Amino acid sequence: MRDTPILNVSRRGVLGGLGAATFVLAVGLPRPGRAQEDEPEFGRDAMPNGWSDDPKVFIAIDADGTVTITCHRSEMGQGVRTSIAMVVADELGADWDRVRVDQAPGEEETYGNQDTDGSRSLRHFFVPMRRAGAAARAMLAQAAADEWGVDVSEVTAGNHEVTHAASGRALGYGELAAAAMELDVPAGDALVLMDPSEFRYIGSSEIGLVDNMDITTGQATYGIDVRRDGMLYAVIARPPVYGGRAARYDDSAALAIDGVEKVVAIDPVDFPTEFAPLGGVAVIARNTYLAIKGRDALEIEWEDGPNATYDSAAYRKTLSEAANAPGGTVIRDEGDVDAALEGAAQTLEAEYYIPHLAQAPMEPPAALVEIRDGRAEAWACTQAPQVTRLRLAERLGLEKEDVTVNVTLLGGGFGRKSKPDFVLEAGILSQAMDGAPVKLTWTREDDINHGYYHTVSVEKMQAGLGEDGAPVAWLHRTAAPTIGSIFAPDPMQKLPFELGMGLLNMPLAIENVRAENPEAAAHVRIGWYRSVSNIPHAFAIQSFVAELAEAAGRDPKDYLLDVIGPAQMVDPRDQGDVWNYGENPDVYPIDTGRMAAVVEAAAQGIEWGREMPQNSGLGIAGHYSFVSYVAVAAEVTVEDGFVSVPRVSIAIDCGPQVNPDRIRSQMEGAVLMGIGQALMSEVTFAKGRAEQDNYDTYLVPRMEDAPKRIDVHLVTSHSGYDQPLGGVGEPGLPPVVPAITNAVFAATGKRIRTLPIGDQLRS
Amino acid sequence: MVNIVVNGTERQFDGDEETPLLWYLRDELGLTGTKYGCGIAACGVCTVHVDGFPTFACVTPVGTLEGAEVTTIEGLSENGDHPVQVAWRDLNVAQCGYCQAGQIMQAAALVDGSETVSDEDIDYAMSGNLCRCGTYTRIRAAIRQAAEAK
Repeated sequence: MRDTPILNVSRRGVLGGLGAATFVLAVGLPRPGRAQEDEPEFGRDAMPNGWSDDPKVFIAIDADGTVTITCHRSEMGQGVRTSIAMVVADELGADWDRVRVDQAPGEEETYGNQDTDGSRSLRHFFVPMRRAGAAARAMLAQAAADEWGVDVSEVTAGNHEVTHAASGRALGYGELAAAAMELDVPAGDALVLMDPSEFRYIGSSEIGLVDNMDITTGQATYGIDVRRDGMLYAVIARPPVYGGRAARYDDSAALAIDGVEKVVAIDPVDFPTEFAPLGGVAVIARNTYLAIKGRDALEIEWEDGPNATYDSAAYRKTLSEAANAPGGTVIRDEGDVDAALEGAAQTLEAEYYIPHLAQAPMEPPAALVEIRDGRAEAWACTQAPQVTRLRLAERLGLEKEDVTVNVTLLGGGFGRKSKPDFVLEAGILSQAMDGAPVKLTWTREDDINHGYYHTVSVEKMQAGLGEDGAPVAWLHRTAAPTIGSIFAPDPMQKLPFELGMGLLNMPLAIENVRAENPEAAAHVRIGWYRSVSNIPHAFAIQSFVAELAEAAGRDPKDYLLDVIGPAQMVDPRDQGDVWNYGENPDVYPIDTGRMAAVVEAAAQGIEWGREMPQNSGLGIAGHYSFVSYVAVAAEVTVEDGFVSVPRVSIAIDCGPQVNPDRIRSQMEGAVLMGIGQALMSEVTFAKGRAEQDNYDTYLVPRMEDAPKRIDVHLVTSHSGYDQPLGGVGEPGLPPVVPAITNAVFAATGKRIRTLPIGDQLRS
Repeated sequence: MVNIVVNGTERQFDGDEETPLLWYLRDELGLTGTKYGCGIAACGVCTVHVDGFPTFACVTPVGTLEGAEVTTIEGLSENGDHPVQVAWRDLNVAQCGYCQAGQIMQAAALVDGSETVSDEDIDYAMSGNLCRCGTYTRIRAAIRQAAEAK
């Protein structure tokens, strides 16, 4: 047992009902209800409200044999409703064509943790869902054996029926369901899981999405689509600057519009804001158009508050000064970096800038709340139904038990919908309308002007190379506002979970390493954005490795593999990473052999080393995140300063693959999102205000930006399912950007150190 | 009063004629398959057919539609079996699915309106339809499949 305390400052720690005031104190404190302080728990055991494998919670079987599987994780495009159902149905021995999927409301006491973030759904629930399915199958078998008066060992359950070979009798699951669900759930070791060789659905690429028909016929219901009798529609004018307020407003013109029902002021937000609404002035109307028209007619005088002067161009200089000044808090220190730099044959330094980003899911935040007889019911596209329930109850002055949060499909999430501020807004407005159902829609302008933005960072790198060109010293200074700034007053340093996103735990074998984290203040709401701090860390580290390769006169892929070094298991604690994505470092060490294998696979997939035409080039990058290993090799062409990415090869080793098609689709999506970050996406601020407000100014990739070819390589170092699962939703993204910018260097000789590329290559 | 036909049903609209078709479909008719994404014709999730042409409902005032026939995703086919819809399911195109109604309406107009569909045709026709999940390569493949199946 190590002395290092396990810092519970992950997303789950934050979301687990810790109030802002207790947030900092919660670091390292024993959690109530846990076994013993000296027995740190990991993975699903350490999540708020843990997990459940109770078949009676997750599985219902109708008399006609229809199996309903309840998915307790939010569907936002990662395919979890399909994947969870595949796992349960397989162990249950269900016929896939007779399976339907229900969505659980926010109720972690019943379902276990529901925070759909951190690339955790299958990582944490693969085993519990297998157990739930297997338990139900055992109960169906027992019910049949009881019915026939034979020993359960004589019957076989599978393919939606239980059979007794000796007598030729068979009973369908539907016929057995009522009796089976009366039986005790087999517990613990009494439960026998299927041998993976028997899997029919797990690992199959032949399963269609459970929502395919609804999606392709317009029947799928997202948060913005919910309808209730007598409903009203609302939009809100929010303070243009984070922390501002409406000093006064005139709503007479708005109220003069036929169909505008009411104008409601919402209290301004206090720091730290956590998930509280930003305040402002709401317009409630008979339809969304009239609500927007009413909002346009409001005359509001804003007080901008303490962030009125935030200017992202000026702030870049502030971050740069911090990142270039020695003396920041040392967060990792091995060997003697200063001496090694001193003695190096050559030294290099580089500074990288990664701007604010908006998640900008195609469905903006939207929710409907109604309040009847002292009970509130919400329908929302939320990644975090439990924290939504808790915060909604608090804001409305209700008990948690009197609040229901129904989870709709999410039209994209990417971290934005982990924050329930928009659901609280709908609740406040319903309350203002005596409980009438009110649907609150964020316009796209609202989404991009009032977001929980990806942080902004300057990453300063220094390295020394030996005579042979190999790195002997590595110094990384990271300056970026922390997500902790929404939970605590003015924290100036990144939290352990942010530092553990690819900075501390970079899988590079260098003897002398130091990492420092100088201070940086937040001036906008900072929030999770798919893969979070891995974005700047991977960009800086993987760009810099390529720069070192160039300085050493080496092939970037060979050099990257050399720096990853020989296959070995690295304990993240030895790198100063006490978080490790919440997983047990003994179960999830960093396996540099797996890292190297994905680099090789990505390189092979792009035919690394081939002759490239003028203005074209190949780039490569690898990154470990969410306990998965991903490498990307990209081909770019640069014409007249415009970058296109015709071909990408992406390789992932995420351990056992439950739903290979959805792993592929997540990698494809990560490539596109990475193309956006590399080429075009950025939110800038002037006078505290976001300067972009819609897809015409906040640019994201379109069809013509998509590669002609994306090859996804699913790499496994072990066959079978005994290895622990890694994440899938997020880890694809971080290496995409440096692979592209490294390819730009190969094509043009120009090194991109500022994102996005924008017009940097245009003369 | 504006007379329009929506998915084969005659409708009379007597509200504010500036009301975008999008909000009339969604809020008044309950046809929520047509999505909101930007309100400024920059993302295409609201794509419907007006007299057979792909049209962004978010910037189309109902007042301009006297006598028009509007088809939404709900009315594209009887049983969800337009070749584009079938190809979308075959290739598991969707991730979150939110933009896909608009993508399908745009793609259906392309496939129904041309003898052959090249990759360049696809990039051109689909450039107004954003997908934040990044399903573009599968959309291309599905359109090619649907064009061949036609």
